[in-house]
Amino acid sequence: MGSHASGVLAHHFHSISQQRAAHSLGMWLFMAQEIMFFGGLFTAYVVYRALNPLDFAVASSELDAVLGGVNTLVLIASSVTMALAVKYAQLGKKNMIVLFLIFTFLFASTFLVIKYFEYSAKFEHHTVPGYDFDFHVPADVIQKFELSPERIATMEKRAEVFFSIYFAMTGLHGLHVFIGMCLIIWLIFPAMKNKFNVDYHSPVENFGLYWHFVDLVWIFLFPLLYLLGRNIH
Amino acid sequence: MSTPAVAAQPPRETYINTDWSLRSWLLTIDHKRIAWLYLISISGFFVLGGFFALLIRLELLTPAGDLVSPDTYNRLFTQHGVIMIFLFLIPSIPAVLGNFLIPIQIGAIDVAFPKLNLASWYIYSLGGLFIVIALATGGVDTGWTFYTPLSSTYANSQVMWVAVGVFIVGFSSILTGLNFLVTIHTMRHKDMTWGRLPLFVWASYATSLINVLGTPVVAITILLVGVERMFGLAIFDPALGGDPVLFQHLFWFYSHPAVYIMILPAFGVISELMAGFSRKRIFGYNFIAASSVGIAVLGFIVWAHHLFTTGLSVYAATVFSALTMLIAVPTAVKIINWTTTMYQGSVSWDTPMLYALGFLGLFLVGGLTGVMLATLGIDIHVHDTYFVVAHFHYVMVGGAIMGFLGGLHYWWPKMTGRMYPETFSKLSALLVFAGFNLTFFPQFILGYLGMPRRYHAYPEEFQVLNIFSSAGASILGVGYLLPGLYFAYSLVFGEKAGRNPWGTVGLEWQIPSPPPPHNFVEGEEIVVTDAYDYEHDLIRDDLDRRVGPPRDAREVPVG
Repeated sequence: MGSHASGVLAHHFHSISQQRAAHSLGMWLFMAQEIMFFGGLFTAYVVYRALNPLDFAVASSELDAVLGGVNTLVLIASSVTMALAVKYAQLGKKNMIVLFLIFTFLFASTFLVIKYFEYSAKFEHHTVPGYDFDFHVPADVIQKFELSPERIATMEKRAEVFFSIYFAMTGLHGLHVFIGMCLIIWLIFPAMKNKFNVDYHSPVENFGLYWHFVDLVWIFLFPLLYLLGRNIH
Repeated sequence: MSTPAVAAQPPRETYINTDWSLRSWLLTIDHKRIAWLYLISISGFFVLGGFFALLIRLELLTPAGDLVSPDTYNRLFTQHGVIMIFLFLIPSIPAVLGNFLIPIQIGAIDVAFPKLNLASWYIYSLGGLFIVIALATGGVDTGWTFYTPLSSTYANSQVMWVAVGVFIVGFSSILTGLNFLVTIHTMRHKDMTWGRLPLFVWASYATSLINVLGTPVVAITILLVGVERMFGLAIFDPALGGDPVLFQHLFWFYSHPAVYIMILPAFGVISELMAGFSRKRIFGYNFIAASSVGIAVLGFIVWAHHLFTTGLSVYAATVFSALTMLIAVPTAVKIINWTTTMYQGSVSWDTPMLYALGFLGLFLVGGLTGVMLATLGIDIHVHDTYFVVAHFHYVMVGGAIMGFLGGLHYWWPKMTGRMYPETFSKLSALLVFAGFNLTFFPQFILGYLGMPRRYHAYPEEFQVLNIFSSAGASILGVGYLLPGLYFAYSLVFGEKAGRNPWGTVGLEWQIPSPPPPHNFVEGEEIVVTDAYDYEHDLIRDDLDRRVGPPRDAREVPVG
């Protein structure tokens, strides 16, 4: 009952370990839900890629793999800082938790800033579906594959499907990064008030799970969208 | 000799009388009160969905399309489907009976995440609001399946409002499912092992698995239709190389398992009723529990049987046909075990049992016609006819709603502390059964003869059967209206129920009706035994002490 009085243990749990088990299982189930959520998109990607392999390779090689690669490194770095924040939360070291949460936040914002530049380039190049979409198959590809004018015309249409999938996947992922940043701010306040300790740290731990998931999605997105088929030229 | 003032004793505190203010209800985190919030909302939507069904049946009284225009008719059946499936059937048993019972049946004082539980109701209401706004501003006409490109390129109604509403309601059922899974895993009483869980809890567990793993897929699918409509992304648009059939795959990947979201909880209720009103340990506990999970898992790999006529390869169609038939195995396990439970039991004919017996017959017909539809040749013949309509109404209405009503009649005394009038409730159970069969059995014949679904006019030779169907619908309507009336009556005038009016076994029957705010009476021991263990000494003593010997005069066989 002591833990109930301290306010850390909610009224309907009888022990800290029960509460922690519930929070942790809840978060894992939420992750399962997220996997199925993204899973629908990955399915759409796989189906369309299998149906139009060449078209997707050509459209995919338009993406900026350098910026995508830098962003991959940025997110991996953010996962490292997040893992450290969780570690320090388990040890109850207030200043270190806050420090590493801020690092994670900064990496996340870097990711979104880079993403912003990538997106604006798409608007300039008219590769945003439904917004003056105007894709041209590069001359070297036409030559290499001896494409007929009809084939070029369909390829330019299929490119719109690729960019639609690209924006849907990276957009949904970017939204998750943004939500993650909001959650970091939401976590920093209790961390500063020294709320997390050896007994109670599941908010940081569970957010860590979320953050690694967001990172992991990108680890799949980067090769699927940016790298597969770069050798087309 | 002098009488002391008995009335001075304050009434026992229950979850109902602990605070009457509206605020206390709208901000409650008590799972029992949240169940009531859901019961009120889904009842409202049931009436609305029923109203559309009424108009459909009125239109179909005559062969000519003379009551409503074709466009209006499209909206009627779409709105009937959307409301009944997303706003009534999916939340019905889980969110009302599940919310009320799961914590009590496992010996916990609440679900694992009480605030999330309340949030789920608000999310549900928000989604419902979107759908109501769509209805008020012109309605929706795509069918409840939102097939592209009808819902994207060629949409001419409020598709987006409804789609966003369904998307939001989906998260309500994901979060409720998540809550139940965590509750069942981590909140059980120390003596409540997995092998002792009531079968309603097992069924809810299986349902919640589908909620958590299936619903997100339809959410992303609807989101993709949304971005296609709003930002012009080319995902399902065939003009740009998108594939509308991909939409159907993604949609049914959720929406077929969603059928099991609707029927599995009803299975759970029926297990409780069969054991309870046969006064006997359920036959094949392990098999029934495992078959619930089995149905949930198998349910994920049968979706393409909805696409037999939309360009599925012969090989894929054969595989999906076989997998679909496989579902009949765990389902038959249940039916056979329920029937065997009644054998040599002391069966009583209380209202909940009438619903359970009705369920058994109706669901059997619905299930077996499902196997017929899984057969490729038959499916091509009756695809998109009234045969399919009759089949899924036998499962959804004859199965899920019978289960819901049976459960509501069984646990009503626990929820309210009052009994309802027995004669009226038995009458309504009979009306529902008779009205249902009269409504939907003719539709099997109509479909087999070739009457397609979703048309507002039909050739004259179909009129007689359609009149039967519409007449049955009016009886069914009265059968559904009656419980609304006598339940309301019982709240005030009903006889006091006591702890265990049925003399059945289960933790919920060991506590007062209506339960105290924290479910269990402080200081009173919770006796956890195997589920439905009518032969257990402690249980027999407990039942004798609390309710006396079984109402049925026959001796319970002691083995």
